[in-house]
Amino acid sequence: MDVDEKLLRQIAKNARLHLSDAEVKTFTPQLADVLKAFSKLKDAPTKGVEPAFHPIDLPAHERKDSPGPCLSQDDALSLTPHKKDGFFKGPKAIDK
Amino acid sequence: MSIKDFVKQVHAKKIDVVKNTKEALCALEGINSKHHFMTVVSSDLALAQANAVAKNPKGRLAGLPITVKDCILVKGVESTASSAVLKGYVPLFSATVIDRLIKEGAIILGKTVQDEFGFGTFCLNVGKGIEVPTHPIDPTHVCGGSSGGSGGITRAANFVHASIAETTGGSIESPAAFCGVVGMCPTWGTVSRYGLIDYASSLDKIGPMAKSVEDAKLVWEVMIGQDEKDSTSVKHPQEKTALKTVGVIRALVDKADPEVKQRIKEAEELFKKQGIKLIDIDLPITERYAIETYYVLALAEASTNLAKYCGMRYGATEKLEGDFNEYFSTVREKYFGAEAKRRILLGTFARMAGHRDALYIQAAKVRRLIINEYKKEFQKCQVLLSPTMPITAPKRSDIEKLTPLQHYAMDLMTVGPNLAGIPHISVPVGESKGLPVGAMLMADHFEEHVLFDAATIIEKKDTN
Repeated sequence: MDVDEKLLRQIAKNARLHLSDAEVKTFTPQLADVLKAFSKLKDAPTKGVEPAFHPIDLPAHERKDSPGPCLSQDDALSLTPHKKDGFFKGPKAIDK
Repeated sequence: MSIKDFVKQVHAKKIDVVKNTKEALCALEGINSKHHFMTVVSSDLALAQANAVAKNPKGRLAGLPITVKDCILVKGVESTASSAVLKGYVPLFSATVIDRLIKEGAIILGKTVQDEFGFGTFCLNVGKGIEVPTHPIDPTHVCGGSSGGSGGITRAANFVHASIAETTGGSIESPAAFCGVVGMCPTWGTVSRYGLIDYASSLDKIGPMAKSVEDAKLVWEVMIGQDEKDSTSVKHPQEKTALKTVGVIRALVDKADPEVKQRIKEAEELFKKQGIKLIDIDLPITERYAIETYYVLALAEASTNLAKYCGMRYGATEKLEGDFNEYFSTVREKYFGAEAKRRILLGTFARMAGHRDALYIQAAKVRRLIINEYKKEFQKCQVLLSPTMPITAPKRSDIEKLTPLQHYAMDLMTVGPNLAGIPHISVPVGESKGLPVGAMLMADHFEEHVLFDAATIIEKKDTN
């Protein structure tokens, strides 16, 4: 599988991850090497095989849809300095 | 002393739990200053718990000092999965498994170092600012990973102790084998993952590490149980099958270093002496595709699980500048380590349009074939045997020369049972040139009892 610096920067953008130029240089051949190995999977005899997203069959397991104890608003906000008026404060979403 | 005997003496008030906890904390600090097994030693919490147990010495683990892998939340104790991106995160609640252990009288001494988010086989990929733990016998060697701190302290502790660890593709088994302790992985879903800082949800399992099979079993019995807070948790049916036949995965035995291979052959002889039949078995699909299948699935899941670390609600933060994408990307660049970045990139690629069917979906189909392959073999035998790792604990300097792909290939023996979600256990079976060798036993889903029976037959207690 061909991986060049342009593709690597696109993957990083999708992953919300800035990379330095040195990291791009290091990671590009490493990812190419690993993805080449991954491509071996195409040879596996999977015609008609259902994918397994869990190792065991999971029975339906639902809780009653009723209110229960949960974190208070103060507790939920206690782990960040980024808060205002009882809400999380994030970076700006749209430019004016 | 076994955990069983220790707890008996606590119940009979022949052991002073507070004194024992203070001595354990003192010993732990000494060991940690030399080997860096711990991220946090939670002395205040441990002493408060010890005082409570001393007043009411009940419970199946009364007074037992335990350590906990850093990715498992303990209320009030910094829990970071050994990542700088979670530096300063002090959880407001404990994992269900921790609540269960505390309810039975266990005393938490602290959190153990791991590869960042579990991303490693040797515990060298610890997060920024964290010291790499060193092997308890020879500090120039690695402990194994990702639960390296748990493996190391379980071996080095000169007090009765167990560690609570986690495996995704071999993170309990590798350090257990390299450090010469017992490491057990339960059937996927039988131990609640509520409060686990996840790596890959369809693969993550919490399990015990201990000095003996008996100790590991006692702790496992407390850990299992369905949990309303984890919709993927299931009840353990407690089936008990008799051990009659062991299947040896001969191709994996043959791939191991000569002395590791020899120790496995000696374990085979121990089974024979007990009148247990041995057969050779093949797992051709698993052997050919398990590494690639594991890494595609695990990294695809990891890349989504790690998307939540963005510097807003908990963990590391920066000054709020730029738009959402700019801010998140800056925080993640600054605080994730190199291997975490590599795995996020690989996992993101495996889920991207144009590659998802060829990689992620195809790997999930191969996983089905691998599960079926193990299931077929369990119609012929109750337990499978292979080496846990093909080598003994390597030198750190040798591992640092490996490429990422060579590093991933070292998981050859452990990724199969993790993909299949079957219970397995690494048991010390002797040494090679002074370093421990581990044998791995595997059983069908929910067949932990026969697994422990088999492990008891081959365990070499004289290595500890």
